[in-house]
Amino acid sequence: MIPADGSTVAADITTGRRRYHRGVPETTPPVTEQLIHARGLTKCFGSFTAVNGIDFDVAPGEAFGFLGPNGAGKTSTMRMIGTVSPVTSGELTVFGLDPAQHGARIRARLGVVPQADTLDSELSVLENLLTYGRYFDLSWAESRRRAKELLEFVQLSERSDDRVEPLSGGMKRRLVIARSLINEPSLLLLDEPTTGLDPQARHLVWDRLYRLKQRGVTLCLTTHYMDEAEQLCDRLVVMDQARIVAEGSPRQLIDRYVTREVLELRFRRADDETDDSSYLDGRLEGLAERIEQLPDRVLVYTEDGEAAAATAYERGLRPASVLVRRSSLEDVFLRLTGRSLVD
Amino acid sequence: MTITGLRRARPGAIASRRSLHVLEHDLLVFRRGWYSYLLSGLSQPFLYLVSMGIGLGLYVNRNGGVPGGVPYLDYIAPALLVTQAMMAGAFEAAWPIMGKIHWDKTYFAALNTPIGALDLLVGDLMWIGFRATLLSVLFLVVIVLLGAAASPLVVLAVPVAVLTALAFAAPIMAFAATQTGDGGFTALFRFGITPMFLFSGTFFPIERLPLFLQPLAWITPLYHGVAAARSLALGQVDPVGLTVHVAALVAVALAGLWAGRITFRRRLVV
Amino acid sequence: MLTIRIAPPLALARPTRLVERNLLVYRRTFMVIFSGFFEPLFYLFSMGFGVGALIGNVPLADGSSVPYVVFVAPALLASSAMNGAIYETSNNFFFKLKYAKLYDAIIATPMSLNDIARGEVMWALLRGSLYAVGFLAVIVVLGLAGFRLVSSPLGLLAFPAAMVVGFGFAGAGLAATTFVRHWRDFDFMQLAIMPMFLFSGTFYPIDGYPPALQAFVQATPLYRGVHLIRALTTGTPDATLLIDLAYLVAMGLIGLAITSRRLGKLLQS
Repeated sequence: MIPADGSTVAADITTGRRRYHRGVPETTPPVTEQLIHARGLTKCFGSFTAVNGIDFDVAPGEAFGFLGPNGAGKTSTMRMIGTVSPVTSGELTVFGLDPAQHGARIRARLGVVPQADTLDSELSVLENLLTYGRYFDLSWAESRRRAKELLEFVQLSERSDDRVEPLSGGMKRRLVIARSLINEPSLLLLDEPTTGLDPQARHLVWDRLYRLKQRGVTLCLTTHYMDEAEQLCDRLVVMDQARIVAEGSPRQLIDRYVTREVLELRFRRADDETDDSSYLDGRLEGLAERIEQLPDRVLVYTEDGEAAAATAYERGLRPASVLVRRSSLEDVFLRLTGRSLVD
Repeated sequence: MTITGLRRARPGAIASRRSLHVLEHDLLVFRRGWYSYLLSGLSQPFLYLVSMGIGLGLYVNRNGGVPGGVPYLDYIAPALLVTQAMMAGAFEAAWPIMGKIHWDKTYFAALNTPIGALDLLVGDLMWIGFRATLLSVLFLVVIVLLGAAASPLVVLAVPVAVLTALAFAAPIMAFAATQTGDGGFTALFRFGITPMFLFSGTFFPIERLPLFLQPLAWITPLYHGVAAARSLALGQVDPVGLTVHVAALVAVALAGLWAGRITFRRRLVV
Repeated sequence: MLTIRIAPPLALARPTRLVERNLLVYRRTFMVIFSGFFEPLFYLFSMGFGVGALIGNVPLADGSSVPYVVFVAPALLASSAMNGAIYETSNNFFFKLKYAKLYDAIIATPMSLNDIARGEVMWALLRGSLYAVGFLAVIVVLGLAGFRLVSSPLGLLAFPAAMVVGFGFAGAGLAATTFVRHWRDFDFMQLAIMPMFLFSGTFYPIDGYPPALQAFVQATPLYRGVHLIRALTTGTPDATLLIDLAYLVAMGLIGLAITSRRLGKLLQS
């Protein structure tokens, strides 16, 4: 019988610890045992390299995020961790186990929320959970008990006998989250958990994920929403073009890659003006350590936005609007991964 | 790479007992709409049996009938028992499997659990076998009630029908795992299943086919299913012939399973 | 571009736009249409020649008797006209109506509901005529090879007759589909089509039926279609052909009228 409750995790983690030990940034609790451990992790599809030699560790109880634009390799990484995609090369252990050898044992302790809902449209809400529980070798009675509890948890109890099809996007997402918890996993993998949801639905999902984290469930998620990463993640890595380009807590990343504040100057320009920089006439030079110029907007990265704005006025610039704001993870993201579309 | 990874996981095994959970899932779906499954599965062979066996049979029998002087109804009843199983097996292995892989992607949900790709293959194949068994038993009852069963051995035609269903389902499942649209199924049914239904000895002996087409009929699995079931139903069993027919069906089913191992892994474990 | 540039009378000009649109779509799935051509041929060879050899001759309505294949060939032509029309006006029409939301977009243009109904019928007929032409071509080739399946010059009228059969079923199919709520409901449509195909005098004469059943079968549209085409190809016409024609044309027209009204309810509410 395969333990579905993660009771043997500790034993497996010792193996992981023996293999590797490293310091962890001060923002996370000091842990030495890694749930996920990757070194030089690589995934190739034919000649295309989706993940190119990345290193990371995820500790128990941590909320760990993969941030990056579409096609950065986040989903491929998640699928390797979920043992549904074979590792091309490099080292990967989950719960201290090798996915190639112990795929089923690992999956028995994982919860997975895939990017697409993959619900069974031929079954009711409750039956979706029941059959999924059976896949984990739960008895019907136990599966039913947990399913009811989980529907309560994701606020779907009153829909339990309905078909899946008419559910809203947010409800389907919550149902997938409930489904991923049926085996009481100690590690939950979430691939873009809130993409496509309205704000109410997103906040409800975040709220549930936060409660799971409080209960000690380790979260590992991908997202391209900065607010989601800031809300949920203790620590994150930014991926771009199959590699990890930065790692740290949200605050650390902001401190490291951008200034404290950003001054945004927006200019009203005639449509026929083509020369990008003519309207600035070099008047912003030396104002800040980094200035980013967009077609109708200038971003000035500075420690003091108000002062920089005053200087711009003194130098004769007359922007149509001026905004001073605290810099965010979004600035880090754009700095690291660029502004060009990757779709 | 892909395959070695999995082979290390379960050396030599085709699938684990977890495939039973896949079967359970299918049965749960079945519980919801069993009447429409059975209605659509049984109505067609029943209507063919009455129309061809009784209506058209009148004219066949009047003209001396099929070789051996067997009533036409008795002649086509076991053949229709096998063809309905073929239809059920072929259909369930095509569109529904494509749905689970490509449209609804429910296979990928199952793969996030201890279930493996081969559990899905074997589990769903068991489901198709179960469904074919149910339909075949019910159709056998219809045959007996219509008085179209010449020998008690007709009971053994049911396992032959189920085996035929699997001989179609296994390779078609393997094929479904290579498809990204249902265009291939349309061609398969139009140019494979329908001609087999019409020319593999169902309605007339294949000796009536032009000489050059007869070897083509011999190599179709449906011919072997029909020939085996008919010999049992008419009580004219030739042990050697029966063995050959059954062996041919088993061989095709196993070849399909083997191909499915490859295509399921290739499609689902990437 | 594969668009048809013809100038039909105004009443049919707009429906033709829908046919053009369908042609554009089906250019990509040509195989689906093309392969449908083989189904009646497979039946012709299996039933007509294979089973026909077990049967020999069968009697016609006028008492004469013909080889079985001569008897069954016109019935297969009528059945394939029915099937072609039903394929196109059931699943395909339903998909465009409920899922692709095609007509919601179209009614925002000068196209009327009538135009939509007529356009879809024209399209179904176009597809059906392709099959009829193919089937008749094979019959001609078989005739040249010494297998005469048509014994009268009236057989030339089998093509327009097949169009009339297609028209009747296309109108009825569209009308029925406007009442469909779920794919499963098409099972019921099959439960009407399949018995007609097997019991309406297609594969054997219905003389052996009890009188009440005979009367019932004679009231089904496929029986009328088979009766019409068989009389033409075997050269045994009589006044009852007018009943066949009136029946099928009326079915098509009533179907069209119901379809326009139902489309109004479904699309403009």
